[in-house]
Amino acid sequence: MINGISINYYLLLSAVLFIIGAVGVMARRNSIIIFMCIELMLNAVNLLLVAFSTLHADANGQVFVFFIMAVAAAEVAVGLAILSMIYRNVKTIDTDVLSNLKN
Amino acid sequence: MLGYTITQWLFGILSFLSIMFGLMVVFSRNPVNSVLYLVMTFFCIAGHYLLLNSQFLAIVHIVVYAGAIMVLFLFVIMLMDLNQDNEPQKTWLTKIIAGIAGGLMLFVLVGSLKGSEQLGIAQNGSSQIGTVKNLGKVLFSEFLFPFEIASILLLAALVGSIMIGKKEIK
Repeated sequence: MINGISINYYLLLSAVLFIIGAVGVMARRNSIIIFMCIELMLNAVNLLLVAFSTLHADANGQVFVFFIMAVAAAEVAVGLAILSMIYRNVKTIDTDVLSNLKN
Repeated sequence: MLGYTITQWLFGILSFLSIMFGLMVVFSRNPVNSVLYLVMTFFCIAGHYLLLNSQFLAIVHIVVYAGAIMVLFLFVIMLMDLNQDNEPQKTWLTKIIAGIAGGLMLFVLVGSLKGSEQLGIAQNGSSQIGTVKNLGKVLFSEFLFPFEIASILLLAALVGSIMIGKKEIK
């Protein structure tokens, strides 16, 4: 129990948020929306790390969330630079059109 | 109020809002609206961090995600001139299959949660682990080397995104 809330509710909330992100990655074609859904999934995991860190009164989990945020920021910066470069050359960011690597 | 404490009410409201805004991110047609709903989701998650006594992470979350990353997303969307009219849509079959896959994944996760016993570990330490003082102590003593590596990673990302984003490389 954290402040009267069972850890199971945090597990449930994180699972639901993670699956919303996963469904978004599967169901959308716009690359930027897919990126945002990946951010949503990362945040679901972060929330669970903070919840368990508070449950066990251990600061390591929160420091780990700190590093995940730094890596997410780097990932977004590089990813959006690649996307804007693709848009400049191909004039689209539709994932069904950008399948040249496949064949 | 109905046998629930104020913290439990706040948890319920924040959970409902974050799930609803998360769904809106996926289902809204306009990418700009998606970004704005994602910012609202991040604010709700920051509220959850505050409920979990980690004030420092709540502030960092708002500054980094809502302040920096989402502004970057908005800039890129505005540069690309994406709107509702030319927004590509997957076929209904793909969407239904994605929904079924997500539902099955949720079913498995919730099922495994039901099977496990209640994690009844009491909160044994102090509630002061989320403060700047405590986190700074841990970060700069125990995690000093990963911290330096993270700074090198950010530098590499900076240089890399500038190199990728340049018009032509001489």
